[in-house]
Amino acid sequence: MPEKKPVLMQGNEACAEGAISAGVRFYAGYPITPSTEVAEHMARRLPELGGVFIQMEDEIAGMAAIIGASIGGKRAITATSGPGFSLKQENIGYAIMAEIPCVIVNVQRMGPSTGVPTAPSQGDVMQARWGTHGDHPIIAFSPASVYETYYLTIAAVNLSQKLRQPVIMLLDEVIGHMREKVLIPDTGKLMVEKSSDNVPADWKPYDEKGLTPLVPFGFGHYYHVTGLFHDQYGFPSGDPEVVKRALDRLHDKLEKYRDEIVLTNYVGHKEPRVAFVTYGCSVRSARAVVKKAYWQNRWPVGLLSLQTVWPFPGREVEALARQADVIIVPELNRGQLVREVERYSRGQAEVVPVNRYDGEMITPDQLMEVLGRWLP
Amino acid sequence: MAAIEQLTQDFLRTKKLPHIWCPGCGNGIVTAAMVRAFKRAGFEQRDIVIVSGIGCSSRAAGYLNFNTLHTTHGRALSFATGLKMARPELHVFVIMGDGDCSAIGGNHFIHTARRNIDLNAVIVNNHIYGMTGGQHSPLTPSGKKATTAPLGTLERSFDLLELARGAGATFGARGTAAQPRQLEQLMVRGAKHKGFSVIEALSPCPISYGRRNKLGGPVEMLLDIKNKSVPVERASEMSSEELEGKNVTGLIYAYDAPEFSEEYYRMIEQFKDK
Repeated sequence: MPEKKPVLMQGNEACAEGAISAGVRFYAGYPITPSTEVAEHMARRLPELGGVFIQMEDEIAGMAAIIGASIGGKRAITATSGPGFSLKQENIGYAIMAEIPCVIVNVQRMGPSTGVPTAPSQGDVMQARWGTHGDHPIIAFSPASVYETYYLTIAAVNLSQKLRQPVIMLLDEVIGHMREKVLIPDTGKLMVEKSSDNVPADWKPYDEKGLTPLVPFGFGHYYHVTGLFHDQYGFPSGDPEVVKRALDRLHDKLEKYRDEIVLTNYVGHKEPRVAFVTYGCSVRSARAVVKKAYWQNRWPVGLLSLQTVWPFPGREVEALARQADVIIVPELNRGQLVREVERYSRGQAEVVPVNRYDGEMITPDQLMEVLGRWLP
Repeated sequence: MAAIEQLTQDFLRTKKLPHIWCPGCGNGIVTAAMVRAFKRAGFEQRDIVIVSGIGCSSRAAGYLNFNTLHTTHGRALSFATGLKMARPELHVFVIMGDGDCSAIGGNHFIHTARRNIDLNAVIVNNHIYGMTGGQHSPLTPSGKKATTAPLGTLERSFDLLELARGAGATFGARGTAAQPRQLEQLMVRGAKHKGFSVIEALSPCPISYGRRNKLGGPVEMLLDIKNKSVPVERASEMSSEELEGKNVTGLIYAYDAPEFSEEYYRMIEQFKDK
């Protein structure tokens, strides 16, 4: 890794800079609190890098435009928040179906509807999973710090390119607006190789044999791109065999590269009695508790933080449930990802949700109190 | 090989034929005019991109042998805007139906016009939602019947070209499936125009529009379209009463204004070599 320089950055800025480091040169979007800084940062930075920034007429158009740019060969990103994320769902589904790389940033705010635009929330976890219609696969990352935001955005861009799959960056208002130190590598080049560099002679846009790079439009490969179910060449098909194979292929792609997609981090006691499982800004409160309970008091406590929320890190949670008696799941919602934790715990650990949905953070004190039911 | 056969072989995906369109549909005529216009405009095949929305006419993209992008309902122009901004050297043609363009895609349509980005929109106007079986669109004339307007629609219809002009489009033309040579010529001019060009192609839908409104079969409908079309040169000498129920055809307007993608790349040139 090249030399790193420390920079004080806001989460939204780190997201934009991470994208730029990963080779993103196209942004299209629509202003919305609390994600607007991503757009504003891109509006300043992209022109000087020879890239394109365009403010579209609405959220739907922003999503459509990044797909169009991606087909043209540019790495592209858009950013939004809850209400805009709802509007983008239609074309997110299109990008999944047509296998067009792109990254969608959702800086979560308190909903439903217009909600509390400036208050943090983790209420869009299930929308990230199932917001667009149909039985689709999805990748979503949820960083817990500004530093993680920078590096996960880079990972999101690169994975998206490699798998030809949209990746969602599920930030929250806390992470998006907080300022922290980020270590930026000097070269700023963290791109994987260009996807269209090595195109085989018998290239098919939707090769059934496995991953195939997207050859941008304008290079003499006259293929078809559609949101309809399609064959290996992109042409519409309603043949039940083709349809089933195509949908399986979309899911298999993520299963095959699971180890690159599913990112988690465990800290704390090796054989925890009580463990926290959480993601995004709630990791910060849980980490403060683990710091006190484990590092200071040596209680058997641990924290599994999920950088990847989708596909859900089921194996990691299952392994933890075999170890711990109790799993506490703090979330800024009425309990969304906790259901997945329950599902993969398979009754081997008691799963305890801790929820807050008044527009405020879950505090370490609040979690310490919950922990006190079992420890010391 | 005759020129037309060569054109068919080069520019159409003949293996994907026959097409899905109903007997008597005008989509084939409009698509053929487009193919001929590409040839006459002299563009390289690899530089041509076809973007389309959702609806009967948008299925044309699948039959055309270029880079083709069949998008979501109403959003074709936004996909095309992203593509054009990423790759300004490409010639981007956008095929839409009347409902696709003016109802669900209305917002994208006016803003694409406002930007005057160099996209070529071809709107096949058959006055009806054909794919879903005949519901009224914003371009269904008042009083005409549809499955969702069994007593005739009370709504007033858009004049698509005036809508585009008001929003900033710099090229507006209207042709018909009954006059394919003129349509082809207008498409060539639109393709060569720098800026957003809008070409409305009036087209018959005997199955979902004609039958319900007792407009006759394909031949009668084509003749009706032809008889109601008034060349723009003649229309300027006619009163508004005389023009009632007619469609003005030809090049309605064309003027120069800054084109968005070119202006953008010129703006960022100051950062080069920095």
